[in-house]
Amino acid sequence: MKIVLLSGSKVGSKTRTAIDYTKKSITEKYPSAQTSLIDLAEYEMEFSDGRNYLEYEGDTGYVTKTIMEADAVIIGTPIFQASIPATLKNIFDLLPVDALQHKVTSILVTAGSPKHYLIAENQLKPILGYMKAQIVQTYVFVEEREFHRKEITNDDVLFRIDRLVEDTVVLTETYTKIREEKEAAYGF
Amino acid sequence: MEEFRINKNNGMEIGLYTLGDHVSDPSTGKLMSEHSRMKEMVAMAKLAEDAGLDVYGVGESHQKYFIASSTPTILAAIASETEKIKLISSSTVLSADDPVRVFEQFSTLDLLSDGRAEIVAGRGSRYGVYELFGYDMEDFEELFEEKIDLLLKLNSEQQITWNGKFRPALNEAEIFPKPFSGKLPIWRAVGGKPASAIKAGKIGMPMHLAALYGASSVFKHSIDAYRRTATEAGFDSAKLPVAMATMMYLHKDSQTALKEYYPYLNNTFTQLRGTPFPKDRYAEATSVKNAIMVGSPQQIIEKILYQYELYEHQRFIVQIDHGNMPFKKIQEMIEMFAIEVVPAIRKVTKGK
Repeated sequence: MKIVLLSGSKVGSKTRTAIDYTKKSITEKYPSAQTSLIDLAEYEMEFSDGRNYLEYEGDTGYVTKTIMEADAVIIGTPIFQASIPATLKNIFDLLPVDALQHKVTSILVTAGSPKHYLIAENQLKPILGYMKAQIVQTYVFVEEREFHRKEITNDDVLFRIDRLVEDTVVLTETYTKIREEKEAAYGF
Repeated sequence: MEEFRINKNNGMEIGLYTLGDHVSDPSTGKLMSEHSRMKEMVAMAKLAEDAGLDVYGVGESHQKYFIASSTPTILAAIASETEKIKLISSSTVLSADDPVRVFEQFSTLDLLSDGRAEIVAGRGSRYGVYELFGYDMEDFEELFEEKIDLLLKLNSEQQITWNGKFRPALNEAEIFPKPFSGKLPIWRAVGGKPASAIKAGKIGMPMHLAALYGASSVFKHSIDAYRRTATEAGFDSAKLPVAMATMMYLHKDSQTALKEYYPYLNNTFTQLRGTPFPKDRYAEATSVKNAIMVGSPQQIIEKILYQYELYEHQRFIVQIDHGNMPFKKIQEMIEMFAIEVVPAIRKVTKGK
């Protein structure tokens, strides 16, 4: 199982901190899973100009191809101006229409205000749904006060991230099984 | 229709086209040599002519996984080995070329082939050509609209005075040579969406529509929009031919066809577009109402005639050599298509 962890912002440390913990949790519980962590702060991404993702080179080509090869994508995102960051939206714009078909996606949000709680529900999930992802319905929402010097200090948050990892892996395995059975029935 | 060399008495024109895709074998990873693939495209055209098909098309791409970048050259090689079959580009990426040069090349091809050349002009569906020749995707629409305007002028006027943004102005210029009978049929390549079909209708040019998969009824929206727009713009839509282009796989047994074709279709999509062909969408091919042309000859006849009822189109061309299809299979399909499918279609569409 290939899992991509995507940290969707170029600034700040909280999303990356939460994604780092998520990766650690996967590695400990599911050592056979292959993980790739993509922190958009470390890549020079081009803006989408409409071409197929295979035709981008450099960092843009690497990031899009890595996501397209994944079975599951865990999306970490901060909330900027009551929405997802442009860096993250650009990733979706770079990919084909049905890019997330047969992929499981799950969401981890870091935010400065509890008022942002429904943004993933109202703004991120519709994008993932349009791109045909299988979405882990429960997401993790982490507020600024749970962090101290690039560590998550609230055990409740850590447990919730562990559960998100478990849900992601279980849904990926289950969905893969369902899909294989369905496709085998076609007989081609 | 005569203006576009379509004779309704002969029934629907039926043919083949190739994009010159050059992808590896999905099971072995092996890649055929460019030399063999190029020769195969010419050999396939000869088989199509011998089988009595009406049209043969060659596409144009300028990037990895494709080797047909010089469409008129390939068509010229085919012209020297055939006598009757129409030779069309399917399609020419006009946006990244000089309309004068395109016109010169196809007029030359038209003379060499005794009046068998046609241009299907499109905007290109891949980025490679824009990058290679230094065109900006920002000009995607404007490039094509300006160039098609000039190309159509070159086809209808002897001396051209013209100016535009993407090419030096022409002042009472005359182009040599002239096409075989004065004019070339020039079609507009259109993707699935009605917006592009409407543009074809607006300038009253024949439409070459790609209809690869999904419900056949969806493409009817584009065709209706095309004919309606043409009428509104003052053209007689009854005189404007419509061509449908898709992919096909034939086998005498329908289940075997379904089973054998999937790896080729999936290989084509995975290598060229980076997304596999979804199996649930493919399974819909068993319905006569779905545009994927896979099945037994009888099924294909039913599918083409179902589309004919919807579209009343004048030309139907299929791609059968994609995804590294073995040449032996291509040969078998051409034979089966010509013997079992084509006569049934001509019988129904003759004189209409």
